[in-house]
Amino acid sequence: MISRQDVEHVARLSRLALDEAELERMRAQLSGILAYIDTLRALDTAGVEPTSHAVPMVNVMRDDENRPCLPQDEALANAPERSGEYFRVPKIIED
Amino acid sequence: MQTIHELTAAFTKGESSPVAVAEEYFARIAALDATVGAYLTVTRDEALAAARASEGRYRAKQPRGPLDGAPIALKDVFATQGVRTTCGSKILERFIPPYDATMVARLKAAGAVLLGKTNMDEFAMGSSTEHSAFQLTRNPWDLARVPGGSSGGSAAAVAGGLAAGSFGTDTGGSVRQPAAFCGVVGFKPTYGRISRYGLIAFASSLDHVAPFALDIHDTALLLGATAGHDPLDATSVSEPVPDYVAALSGQVKGLRVGVPDEYFGEGLDPEIDRAVRAGIDTLRDLGAAVERVSLPTTKYGVATYYIVAPAEASSNLARYDGVKYGLRVQGKDLIDMVSRTRAAGFGAEVKRRIMLGTYALSTGYHEAYYGQAQKVRTLVRRDFEKAFARVDVLAAPTTPSVAFKHGEKADPLAMYMNDVYTIPASMTGLPAVSVPCGFNGAGLPIGLQLIGRPLDEPTLLRAAHAYEQATPWHTKRPRLG
Repeated sequence: MISRQDVEHVARLSRLALDEAELERMRAQLSGILAYIDTLRALDTAGVEPTSHAVPMVNVMRDDENRPCLPQDEALANAPERSGEYFRVPKIIED
Repeated sequence: MQTIHELTAAFTKGESSPVAVAEEYFARIAALDATVGAYLTVTRDEALAAARASEGRYRAKQPRGPLDGAPIALKDVFATQGVRTTCGSKILERFIPPYDATMVARLKAAGAVLLGKTNMDEFAMGSSTEHSAFQLTRNPWDLARVPGGSSGGSAAAVAGGLAAGSFGTDTGGSVRQPAAFCGVVGFKPTYGRISRYGLIAFASSLDHVAPFALDIHDTALLLGATAGHDPLDATSVSEPVPDYVAALSGQVKGLRVGVPDEYFGEGLDPEIDRAVRAGIDTLRDLGAAVERVSLPTTKYGVATYYIVAPAEASSNLARYDGVKYGLRVQGKDLIDMVSRTRAAGFGAEVKRRIMLGTYALSTGYHEAYYGQAQKVRTLVRRDFEKAFARVDVLAAPTTPSVAFKHGEKADPLAMYMNDVYTIPASMTGLPAVSVPCGFNGAGLPIGLQLIGRPLDEPTLLRAAHAYEQATPWHTKRPRLG
């Protein structure tokens, strides 16, 4: 079970502005899914190493040298709002 | 409907041409895709330019290889330079990538003619393609039914003769399951075998690039053209790529085939049980040694996956913030703008997964959910390691049911359970293929799944090819218009 308060908290963490109906539907559906997922808790995993990737992974490094990169105009081309050579966002700092 | 190897053999002999064939595919798409709904974007001009260039190479007797001129479709999850890439989502409805995914660049370099971008469940989350923000895709074998998902458009395109081959992505079964539902081949190679640079990320420890084809020979060609190390993808494996076509010897004498008990239990459609067991009998008749094996952690696979995949998705999809690309909905401040943008841009299933993943990673729950899931993932891997100490490949059903009707699985959990047999090979990164192995009484396709050892694509292709050549299933086509 997941409480309505938990759902609102997770929606805030997820940056999702859900309306009243969505929050209630989410509570019911997540409760059902979590009840199923909770079957995992019954499994004894004491002493088992976690697997994060299917195959062994190591850091991949390259030489620290300048290379051609995406031109600024192309990088900005999909931006919903731009200002000159910057991405434009709503004002963050109070006057 | 011809295979890629038949098409390009005819190009080489001068019996047909890449431009004429591309025109035929666009004519079929124009006539039939309003019904099937496989494509989100058709790239006619670019494709015909590529076909003309290919035709010039054949005329000069210098084709680039076995994919030169082959008409291929791409799931709308791969970045294509200058061509809209939506990932099935409103949030990327107008996104034009500034570069090609590595696998797209490799297909272009091989001379492939890219027909367009195919429909999918939004952000590859789903098993029916019904979670696309844009349109329904219909199964060419029965238009009232789903093509499977999330790569449903790419599967339906090949099954319906709207592309000779295609690519999708498989995170929990998103290529093998639609391949089974649509009666085509779907091959998920080993994790890291095909570069994911330029693939829009869903769950990074699980995402695989994977082809659809009409037969195993074409599958080997599509794998061979796209596999191999990519310095732009830190998770891509560096082992050299073997000659996959050379692996198709037709011989399975002495091959050890394991049949996992846990894949034939409660919930499996009896008609699928019969067809898959008949397929295993065929392998035995061809000289393979069949034995029972056990993968006891199988029943925990779906629960484990639905922690790991949403957790990774919640992180990956944090990038859709209304700033760098995609939709923006105005708000009273930055956080309000981001939250309104995501609420308007994501569909219900994507929101559910983001919420589930965020919850599973949140303070107080991280260890109980994500930590436990990672440990169970180790147990799943050990199951396979034990089995592969005794056998060379595993044979099992791809799905517990045949293609279901649109709207039939409205409950999210019921939809998730359809991935029960495909998820274990996803979580372990093992190569796995679905090959057509018959039809149920209603004429709907059934898939036989073969799973192999890490990077042992050649053995898997050899077994699937021998099976296919001994059976008629891969030659059956749906009647469409």
